[in-house]
Amino acid sequence: MKGEKSMEPMGKVLTINPERCTGCRLCEQVCSVFHDGVSNPARSRIKIVKWESEGIYVPMSCQQCQDAPCMIVCPVKAISRDESLNRVMVNHNICIGCRSCVTVCPFGAMGFNVIDRKNFKCDLCDGDPQCVRFCEIKAVDYVDADQVAIAKKRAAAEKITAAQRQAIALASESH
Amino acid sequence: MALNRKIAYIDLSTGKIEIKPIPLELRKKFIGGRGLDAYLLYNHTKQGCDPLGPDNTLMVSGGVLCATLASATSRCHVMAKSPLGGLLGSANMGGFFTPELAWAGFHHLVIKGKADKPVYLWIKNGKIEIRDAKNLWGKTVTDTQWAIREELGDDDIKSLVIGPAGENLVRYANVMTGIKNSGGRTGMGAVMGSKNLKAIAARGTMDIKIAYPKEALEYNKRFIDQITSAKVNQTQGTLGTPFIWGATNSWGGVRTRNFQYNQMLYCDEIEPESIDENCTKTIGPYHMTGCFGCQVHCRAKYKIPTGPYAGIYDEGPEYTSQGAFCSEPDIPSLENLLVANHLVNQWGVDNLEIGSLISWAMELYELGILTNKETDGLELKFGSSEALLEMIERICFRKGWLGNVLAEGGIIAAEKIGKNSFDYLIQVKGVSNLHSDERATPALALNIATASRGSDHLRSRPAIDLYHLPQEVLRKIYSSPVPYDGPLSSEHTEYIGKPWQVFWHENCYMAVDCLGICKYHTTFLGATLPNFEDWSRVLYYNTGLEMTPREIWDAAVRANMLERLFNLREGLTRYDLKKGDMLNHRYFDEPCRRGALDVIGKVIDREKFEKMIDEFYEYKGLDKNGVPKPETLKNLGLDNEPSHLL
Repeated sequence: MKGEKSMEPMGKVLTINPERCTGCRLCEQVCSVFHDGVSNPARSRIKIVKWESEGIYVPMSCQQCQDAPCMIVCPVKAISRDESLNRVMVNHNICIGCRSCVTVCPFGAMGFNVIDRKNFKCDLCDGDPQCVRFCEIKAVDYVDADQVAIAKKRAAAEKITAAQRQAIALASESH
Repeated sequence: MALNRKIAYIDLSTGKIEIKPIPLELRKKFIGGRGLDAYLLYNHTKQGCDPLGPDNTLMVSGGVLCATLASATSRCHVMAKSPLGGLLGSANMGGFFTPELAWAGFHHLVIKGKADKPVYLWIKNGKIEIRDAKNLWGKTVTDTQWAIREELGDDDIKSLVIGPAGENLVRYANVMTGIKNSGGRTGMGAVMGSKNLKAIAARGTMDIKIAYPKEALEYNKRFIDQITSAKVNQTQGTLGTPFIWGATNSWGGVRTRNFQYNQMLYCDEIEPESIDENCTKTIGPYHMTGCFGCQVHCRAKYKIPTGPYAGIYDEGPEYTSQGAFCSEPDIPSLENLLVANHLVNQWGVDNLEIGSLISWAMELYELGILTNKETDGLELKFGSSEALLEMIERICFRKGWLGNVLAEGGIIAAEKIGKNSFDYLIQVKGVSNLHSDERATPALALNIATASRGSDHLRSRPAIDLYHLPQEVLRKIYSSPVPYDGPLSSEHTEYIGKPWQVFWHENCYMAVDCLGICKYHTTFLGATLPNFEDWSRVLYYNTGLEMTPREIWDAAVRANMLERLFNLREGLTRYDLKKGDMLNHRYFDEPCRRGALDVIGKVIDREKFEKMIDEFYEYKGLDKNGVPKPETLKNLGLDNEPSHLL
């Protein structure tokens, strides 16, 4: 009907499941080789942040925010959203290298390459993220945006049903 | 480019540091990693030098593929003359250190002399600095690493360190990185300690240009699919190496009560599934971790569940810990296993060596060769966790008569303990055996007897010999990249064809160690995993270096021969029980008392064993005494060694 809106699929997003991460950093390596032809994690768009003494590893990358602070802060409007791939992109022909975006990103996902003197960020490898392709354990994954919440719902629901079953079992035991 | 990574010579006595490129000619001859280390060792140590004196030279290296896209390229190699056996000292570990070293511009470090006070090396983007380690000395393995990060203000620094055992010159102290990655054999940590070198810290942001990035990416994907589709690696990635201990124990290949039995009984608590259950309980369903770039992720994370150490985080245990702390001393306790594993990781000592020597001492105590006088009243009985943990501490900190004596390693300890204690010491070339019992597997017995660094399972073990693979599969594996049309047997109790298998694996593992990749990514535990053909390609795609499979094989043969030359120079003779290619008499005289039908009652047949060694020597181009024939050295281009080109 005219005036009614539908929840169209939003396309795919990069999801991160830190509890799965083995900390191997292959994602950092393939990212730098794919984009720059060199092995050098300092050039990687994704970075594994580690608490080694507790065995905790968290992959950090661009969230491709809807209201991206980098996009808002950019004084020359070099940063824009590419809705076709659900990503935030930098136009280096316009970018003046002021690094405001690096400062403002709440996830530390905007990098600055001191060799090329340009900022850099995740571009989702134009729809085939190499970090996802190489991560066998799926600590990073590339899924339909609406599936992210569904998987989480199911996981939470499982916990609730397990608790319910346990409660029922306990109740029947006491009789 | 990987090929422009440098070599640095660091003299700790004078403080002089020299940096040089690595000539392509030597790359083609020895590739890198352990192969080039063998060249450097042969060229930079004086014959007969004191392993714990300033004349010993310590090599640290990454392989030529280090930090490139070839899957699990993080292996770090350390080499020197061994303070444990007096022959080749050589150890290899995973983790994240060598990629950082390569991004900092280096593949090889050659460390000479002795600092007059504790120091550490700080390597960043092409520069090397010798720094005061006063505040690090005395610290544990992990505390040292965290303290370096704090001092230099960078959380991404990766360090290679020694713990208290290395400082105290325990002759089998580890060089370590991360929580538990250990260069654990032959006492390389003691060599570092003897040089007053507490740590080597690295941090790098220098590009390593990949020669053909697109091809390297695609081939690496294929490589990973091949590696992770192997059942053995899927099991490794779930249960870690403990699964090997479990499988081996089930048929009777695990030495128990030092060498009295070949199978541990009533050990449910330390079976791989029980260890895994504790990881799930204390960490969660995803509790495996891995080394740099590796998709096998064979290392478990755990917390100690009970007792005085409850709640403490560590990683492992590997099957070596199950053997050294459970089956050999016969202690079927999970808490004991996890605590002992934690202590050796923190103090930096070889789990395999320390557990093996304590179990030997337990047998000597049982026999009355050691008494309460030598143990200072400690009841050193089989089955006693208290005794095991106490002895680990006494050895690492050299407390008491026995702790101090065992810290010297088996050969010296046997001389000090006296009587017939040496007869019970399960070692080759002064290095204790893994927990595995090789009496029913002649191929494995040949492997430990002839391994270059002393008794060892990672230098030439044809582990797939236990799988009873069909003839055609064996033929396919063992007749490439060099032809072989001799006999091959699928039967693990046989002696036929085994010398060739051991020779083939010796070269396969050397190649892996030169390239700097992990043995779980080659024909070690899985028959379908990559080897020479694949390496030729990944080497080209990543570094641009063109080497045929045959050329890689030849380089491995050459490097193995150089290790042999070093050992011969330091006194290896074929039949010497302390420095030769020989096994303890118990392998020939005491039949297996437990295990499967084709294991029970087995001993190694002395005559057939010596024939195997003869045949093995022939493949290597050695005479009956184990010395290379002149034409062998000429063919390998080793007739002018030491050649001092680097």
